Amino acid sequence: MSEGGITGGAAGGQDTRQLVDMSWDPITRIVGSLGIHTKIDFGKNEVAECWSTSSIFRGYSIFMKGKDPRDAHFITSRICGICGDNHATCSVYAQNMAYGIKPPHLAEWLINLGEAAEYMFDHNLFQDNLVGVDFCEKMVRATNPGVFEQAEKTDAPGAEHHGYKKIADIMRALNPFTGELYREALHVSRYTREMFCLMEGRHVHPSTLYPGGIGTVPTVQLLTDYLTRLMKYVEFVKKIVPLHDDLFNFFYEALPGYEQVGNRRVLLGCWGSFQNPETCDFKYENMAMWGGDMFVTPGIVVDGKLVTTDLVKINLGIRILLGSSFYDDWEDSGELFVKHDPLGNPVDKRHPWNQTTTPRPQKRDLKNKYTWVMSPRWLDDRTGDHLALDTGGGPLARLWTTALANTVDMNGYVKATGKGVEILLPKTAGKPETKLNWQIPKWSNTIERNRARSYFQAYAAASAFYFLEHAFAEINAGRTQTSVPFTVPDEAIGCGFHEAVRGVLSHHLVIRDKKIANYHPYPPTPWNASPRDSFGTPGPYEDAVTGTPLFEESRGDDFKGIDIMRTVRSFDPCLPCGVHMYLGGGKELLVRHSPTLGAQIAYEPESSK
Amino acid sequence: MADSPIRSLMQSPAVPEVDILWITAGLSCDGDSISITAATQPSLEDVLLGALPGLPKVNLHHPVLAYETGEAFLVPFHRAARGESPRPYVLVIEGSVPNESIKEEGFWAGLGTDAEGQPITTCTWIDQLSKHAWGVVAIGTCATYGGIHAMSGNPTGAMGLCDYLGWDFKTGAGLPIVCVPGCPVQPDNFMETLLYLLYQAAGLSPMIPLDHAHRPRWLFSQTVHEGCDRGGYYEQGDFAAEVGSRKCIVKLGCWGPVVLCNVGRRGWMAGIGGCPNVGGICIGCTMPGFPDKFMPFMQEPPGAIMSSAAILMYGRTVRALRNFTKSSLDREPIWRNRKPQLTTGYQPTTYGKGQAKAPTTEGQS
Repeated sequence: MSEGGITGGAAGGQDTRQLVDMSWDPITRIVGSLGIHTKIDFGKNEVAECWSTSSIFRGYSIFMKGKDPRDAHFITSRICGICGDNHATCSVYAQNMAYGIKPPHLAEWLINLGEAAEYMFDHNLFQDNLVGVDFCEKMVRATNPGVFEQAEKTDAPGAEHHGYKKIADIMRALNPFTGELYREALHVSRYTREMFCLMEGRHVHPSTLYPGGIGTVPTVQLLTDYLTRLMKYVEFVKKIVPLHDDLFNFFYEALPGYEQVGNRRVLLGCWGSFQNPETCDFKYENMAMWGGDMFVTPGIVVDGKLVTTDLVKINLGIRILLGSSFYDDWEDSGELFVKHDPLGNPVDKRHPWNQTTTPRPQKRDLKNKYTWVMSPRWLDDRTGDHLALDTGGGPLARLWTTALANTVDMNGYVKATGKGVEILLPKTAGKPETKLNWQIPKWSNTIERNRARSYFQAYAAASAFYFLEHAFAEINAGRTQTSVPFTVPDEAIGCGFHEAVRGVLSHHLVIRDKKIANYHPYPPTPWNASPRDSFGTPGPYEDAVTGTPLFEESRGDDFKGIDIMRTVRSFDPCLPCGVHMYLGGGKELLVRHSPTLGAQIAYEPESSK
Repeated sequence: MADSPIRSLMQSPAVPEVDILWITAGLSCDGDSISITAATQPSLEDVLLGALPGLPKVNLHHPVLAYETGEAFLVPFHRAARGESPRPYVLVIEGSVPNESIKEEGFWAGLGTDAEGQPITTCTWIDQLSKHAWGVVAIGTCATYGGIHAMSGNPTGAMGLCDYLGWDFKTGAGLPIVCVPGCPVQPDNFMETLLYLLYQAAGLSPMIPLDHAHRPRWLFSQTVHEGCDRGGYYEQGDFAAEVGSRKCIVKLGCWGPVVLCNVGRRGWMAGIGGCPNVGGICIGCTMPGFPDKFMPFMQEPPGAIMSSAAILMYGRTVRALRNFTKSSLDREPIWRNRKPQLTTGYQPTTYGKGQAKAPTTEGQS
């Protein structure tokens, strides 16, 4: 890395790939600090290796120790600036378990409405204002002029739904700030946040969430204000889903082989979203049952097969590995806070309940330790493998597990089919009732992660109708209480499982003497952005980028690594943790491609060093 | 501008073009950046597309919204750090500033990579960029005063920008650090402040008025309580005992009476949402003492125990009297009825039962 440009090494052997060190740091248009460092084989147009790095450490697990556990959701919301409410919600779930309480049904419906609005807002902003720029006219013209020419000539099959005649028109509409769709998405991101604020008070760190319930005053006005905005969003979604289908399908068509971009083994995790108050009592002993009743089914999908939907099994399989992260290990030194779960199952030392976080700041060394992100893995007891699960950016795993579990049916608004998920959107002012059908795709790749995001926008909107109907029913029946009282026990443990917008989210809490003795949140990005673990297994970004074919036409200083950027962004990185792609000196790269410097450079694989 | 204190919005700005260099790589969650995308007064696109009169052209270099990535994104930052920015720029810092000097090696927060493959620390960027900036703005409570990541027991020694650069820091143009606190910042509060600074750069506004904690005075001079629509419950000694009540929530842990913030009145966005006004206790997130001085959050503030006890006797009496008045006001006056006799007090002389019929005259109807 220190030499920038070209990685070589006389000591090599048979591998004589032409590799160029390239890094992108910071990765923009994501939340947080991420760098991606790669070695690219321009001879084969392929990424040979990738390292994902994060350059920020804050230390939540450390400064939360000894604090009042009731502060946990206020504090942990501040972990994330785009889905902080997911953290607050997850923390409240964990606290409910620890305090032994169950909020009134209405409170859960209101929280579900708030969280649904968060998905609607966040996916919309990310898809069309951040990801969209990777597919906009300005970008595609720069990276793949030939593809843009083709887009000019290609009819958009869904034009009747979204109004853009040619694929190139969609790309133009996505140009940052000047594009029509870009600006519309900003507008949509605002009224969906208003929906969110109706329920949870403030975006992004909510004010009205509490253990035991919600402070929002439940009224007909509250629900009507939400409903009227929801209808605008539903009309937008009826346009946006076919629009993205057209755009993404075009890339498969225009660039044969594009399905290999960002493709990785199907290793998806989803921790479930939207509690069902009919069955959820927040008791750990019943978690397998009520977890399975969530309106987005938790589960783990390996090679296309659903391994489990049991939150207890999911919980017990979580392992936090080190290997490339700037922390001391706690395997031998740390305290065993939780020996057994409330069902009597042994809890591993590497489980978040038993984690001890000890930072050891040091220089970044891609051959050794290079990031502040740890390596969460899931132990598959069938094989003994520590699986580097990814979240598919959130929606892909949520739809996939829900589809295969085949249990969700929200009065027909959303229905799992075993092969996909059907989503029913009611009639709106300008568009008729619409049924969307998301089908399990062939790949867990860049395009499918992005496509799933659009469909999950529809999923969240359709779910909101179901939640609204139930909330109205509670209010109409006069059941307007939104909280239950509680006291903090001297000793307790709790865990919360939720889906942050971009994927799996868990909070593990240990209370002693009414204070926080241990608290470890695991958001999606540590899973996705994790580095090589102690077994040498790369994290999902690293894995998905490695081997990715490059379709970009531009080279030299103009090379943007667009296929890599699309891949990383497809995971919806949210790193107040991180990945850096490091362009190790654009100048060297230029030299590398100058015709006078054509020698082959031997390459010694990193793993052998 | 010297001629008249009033400068026309139609005149071309004193500075034709301004860059905004935005660093989110403090110890942050990027929540302030996300927050400002919700602003509408003005919106980000209003400022960038020149929708407001009198503004310089604004070039935003922001990691969450940038077209470019990696080194290409950092070009204007490197240029400015060398003192070679072609235009005046406003430096916006988001996130707490870690203390990089408390350890032997490594880094707490970085942005970009240096020639040795190591992260360029956020502190290095702040050191260099603050030297040449026209204005320096701290967005959100982390950057202004340290915030959550500067909580007791934190491992990074985090602090606010004023602690880091010095409270008496001034830019070359003579501006102190401008602090817009909030966790996250209220969207319009920030965009409004930024707009003010741009108008100041354009020569249209005088020096931004700041208080002792460097907050814009017009935004942070009132307490939450002074603008809270639940203040009436407080005055009547009517306190919520449980979450979800519409009454004053001071006994649930609300710090509104002593916190400087306009969110209760302004709402979170488009007048919707907020904190105590919608059932969320004020945890003091705009204040320099946040969070430690407000924790545990879900507990009645010690001061509130006294003041709410004091208000109780007055409040109950007043409430009882008002209830009496209210029930009277809640009924219509007695003269609105269908009786055959008019009872409004007017004595009709030309109609009414028993009166002679009015003579019909031409032209009358």
